Amino acid sequence: MTYEKREFIADLAVIGSGLAGMAASIFALKRGISTAQAGNTGALAYTTGYLDLLGDAGTGAAEHLGDPWAGIRELQKSQPNHPLARVPENDIHEAFTEFTSFISECGIAYGAPGKVNLKALTPAGTTKPTFSVPATMQPGVDALASQARCVIIDFKGLRGFSGRQVVANLKDRWPGLTTERVSFPDMPMGEIYPEVMARALEVPGTREKLADAIKSVRGDAQVIGLPAILGMHNPDLVMTELSRLLGCPVFEIPTMPPSVPGIRLREMFEQVFPKKGLTLVPQQKVRSVEFDTDSVQLVLADNHGPIIIHAKAVILATGRFLSGGLEAEQTGIVEPLVNLPVAQPTSRDSWYSMEYMGRDGHAIHQCGIRVDDAFRPLDKDGKVVDPRLFAAGVILAHQDWIRGRCGAGVAISSAYRAVQGAEQIILQKNN
Amino acid sequence: MTSSPTSQAGTAIETVKTDVLIIGGGATGTGIMRDLALRSVHCRLIDKQDLCAGASGGNHGLLHSGARYVLSDPHSASECREEGEILKRTSSQCIENTGGLFVAVKGDDEGFIRDFPALCQAAGIPVQELTPKEALELEPQLSKDIIAAYAVPDATIDPFRLALENVNHARELNDSTYHPHTTLCDFEIGDGRIIAAFCRDSRTGKELRIVAKQYVNAGGAWAMDIARLAGCNDVNLLYSKGTLLISHDRLTTRVINRLRPPADGDILVPGGTVSVLGTTSLRTDDLENVRPTIAEVDKNVVEGTAMVPALAHARYIRAFSRVRPLVQHGDDQNDRNVARSFALMNHEDQNLNNFCTITGGKLTTFRLMAEKTSDLVAKRLGNTEPCTTATTPLPGGQACKWTEPGASPKYWYEANNSEDMILCECEMVPQSAIDQIVLCAPGAENEMTLEAIALRSRAGKGPCQGSFCGIRIASYLYDRGYYQDTTGLHHMKSFFNERFKGLRTIIWGQQAAQMELAEALHCGLLGLDRLEEKKTNKADNE
Ligand SMILES: Cc1cc2nc3c(=O)[nH]c(=O)nc-3n(C[C@H](O)[C@H](O)[C@H](O)COP(=O)(O)OP(=O)(O)OC[C@H]3O[C@@H](n4cnc5c(N)ncnc54)[C@H](O)[C@@H]3O)c2cc1C
Repeated sequence: MTYEKREFIADLAVIGSGLAGMAASIFALKRGISTAQAGNTGALAYTTGYLDLLGDAGTGAAEHLGDPWAGIRELQKSQPNHPLARVPENDIHEAFTEFTSFISECGIAYGAPGKVNLKALTPAGTTKPTFSVPATMQPGVDALASQARCVIIDFKGLRGFSGRQVVANLKDRWPGLTTERVSFPDMPMGEIYPEVMARALEVPGTREKLADAIKSVRGDAQVIGLPAILGMHNPDLVMTELSRLLGCPVFEIPTMPPSVPGIRLREMFEQVFPKKGLTLVPQQKVRSVEFDTDSVQLVLADNHGPIIIHAKAVILATGRFLSGGLEAEQTGIVEPLVNLPVAQPTSRDSWYSMEYMGRDGHAIHQCGIRVDDAFRPLDKDGKVVDPRLFAAGVILAHQDWIRGRCGAGVAISSAYRAVQGAEQIILQKNN
Repeated sequence: MTSSPTSQAGTAIETVKTDVLIIGGGATGTGIMRDLALRSVHCRLIDKQDLCAGASGGNHGLLHSGARYVLSDPHSASECREEGEILKRTSSQCIENTGGLFVAVKGDDEGFIRDFPALCQAAGIPVQELTPKEALELEPQLSKDIIAAYAVPDATIDPFRLALENVNHARELNDSTYHPHTTLCDFEIGDGRIIAAFCRDSRTGKELRIVAKQYVNAGGAWAMDIARLAGCNDVNLLYSKGTLLISHDRLTTRVINRLRPPADGDILVPGGTVSVLGTTSLRTDDLENVRPTIAEVDKNVVEGTAMVPALAHARYIRAFSRVRPLVQHGDDQNDRNVARSFALMNHEDQNLNNFCTITGGKLTTFRLMAEKTSDLVAKRLGNTEPCTTATTPLPGGQACKWTEPGASPKYWYEANNSEDMILCECEMVPQSAIDQIVLCAPGAENEMTLEAIALRSRAGKGPCQGSFCGIRIASYLYDRGYYQDTTGLHHMKSFFNERFKGLRTIIWGQQAAQMELAEALHCGLLGLDRLEEKKTNKADNE
């Protein structure tokens, strides 16, 4: 069987469909830039739905940052190469606002970015600092803050989410917290899965039965917490309906990834982008990128055969090891697609510290692609590799998204700057 | 001693009694416990950490045919052969009878190759010559550059299962007791006898006094330190550190040995679904911070590649190091030439008649070491029952079976209980396994650490190295009420910290992605890196 080669022409090509790639496409759409996006979903499916900006500026402070903006100002002084230190604060704010309002309009409401970090709940009963949470999770943040009487509902057959665990670890800080277990309506015996439960709750009858089951155990709770199962495509509606049936606020706590909130985002992007005129080739790895004089060409293939994307500018948002944007070989770390130089320690022995959970984290996370202030990758001599090439997201060097609690912050902010830069190139070419 | 002993905090120390106190829960200590229990002698076994915390839990798992030692130590070679045969008969649930090959590649010493079969025969080890082509047919992963190959009766042994079964059998026989995380701290000595042993629970800090008729030091590499606590200066040990690597896949069916005098990276031992490559050998003084280095890992890979080229690009999931105690007689410079046989010291010339030390040797010879030690102890106790471990089959304990690779999925499918959810997906360990271990495995206790559970099952042994199942199992333990407060989070943290030690040097390729995800979950999501230090009971006591 021979396949026809398909060619697409766009002004901007975005490589990578993680948070940075998605954000880049959103910003490009907003600016009316014709865009093609390709590449694996990466770590998106692993997100909890929480969007972090910055939780730790590496100052050794005992507490996480209450004010991420103060942390960013700290980074500007102490780590000027940190991607968050290189994006003007206004742009970071604008980027978060554009990003969250876009996804809110598309059906997954998010809180508008504010001035402070929120304390959000985790499935282990710990809290994490984050910046913007889905509307379905906000009442949990509020309930912890106000110490409302709250019952966490968990489910027979749902593995890895234990209300008793949440309560055991929070009880000292939140005396009004209790837990109850119910059976999910109309499910067979044995293990049940969050994704299946979420889809089932889009059906009104299931919601009513679940509300009945919860009513019988809720006691005098003022607010009710559940694992993240409140619908797949209409979480806000499912939440509103369930609170109406129960007569009090309900909220979600993320489950261990891959979890429903991550899948929601992915499915939403995959549905919305093509409708908005974006060329999306999801789940396919770009095989090579060629920089010709008149265009940048991305070569890839899907089930229907080879694809070539021609673009005027390209944003590399392929993530780190988990998504394949960086590869760790026994002898060193490489960027396999464009073969960009990777800033890294001199030997493998320095990649990881001796203590796994030591305060300073690990040098390997600081490695990555070095860029200039316009987020254009630099070669070994510090020169721009190609004026049409930009990099965004956690592939960037000089940041530790894990310990900094800044994965979404780096992704969204750098994507914003990369799109600004790409727009200028495209405007020049179009003139 | 007149008044009853009190702890530093001034409270009375609990005292327990037994016939024999055994210090060290490795293969040797647990073997002695079973041997004595079979002679109706009651024992208490203590380990400062847990079963197989020393060399017994960090070795190659090779049940030596003896062929490796035919040149350097023919006596050990014959010992290994005999013991191997006995264990295959009596303890088959702990053994996979894989067979082994010795292979030489271009450039290896021709003289050694030529002499090898005769040396094996002299030690009574059956040996069969193979052409390189035949060897390659048996083991397709072998190098095409092989110039000689011999088949020998090597096998593999699961030391965890072995130790658990030993303890379990002793418990069934006469209620002999195992005390995990109980460190021997001091002896009370008088009149040429040890009167009592002072121990401390290394988790809670609680002190315990054990009064026995006989005291056995089976402390492996720590045997010199323990003997000194009893005032004995006749145990002289050197320490040799060995580092091994575990590959994600099983590369060969048989044990593959390099046909040359023992050196680095020259044995590849299959174990269930993985292979174990090793070892290196480095002098060390440090017994407490033994960790693999990048140089050792890379050395093993380079050397191993000569026999099995696929090792160059294999995915590794773990590296580990342990220390071999070398009983010092002369001042031989080459650690590999020091006799690998064991030493049993009765300490009578140190003016003690109820204390002995057994150390050195090999996992393969643990039964014989236990027999000799138990003979001495029994004689001192006036017990005339003979040793029966060479003929009595080791019974299979219900809660001991979970360490066997591939066993969990089998039991799980057989039981076909849809309510019994899988907690460790790499190794298919279900809830029911965890329940059984927490309730009745040797050393089980109410609030068990994740390390203790992992030691008694396959949980955490697969490619994710516990990074997911550690979270799930902890969650399950909370759910069942075993964990009741933030202590469970600390157990998670220390489990992940511990597993990391085995990962740090092999994080490349796919393992880098695995590690990034793990840290994102453990630190980024759950915030375990920011867990507030908990006040331990230990601190309370001080
Ligand atoms: C790298 C390496 C590879 C090996 N490969 C093989 C092989 O393939 N085949 C083979 O047959 N042999 C092999 N061996 C040898 C074999 O592992 C050992 O001979 C055997 O396990 C020793 O068992 P043991 O019980 O005497 O000592 P250990 O297993 O070391 O047990 C000693 C125990 O004493 C405890 N202890 C120490 N101090 C105290 C205290 N104060 N209070 C309480 N407890 C204490 C420790 O925690 C430890 O658990 C290998 C050894 C090494 C290091």
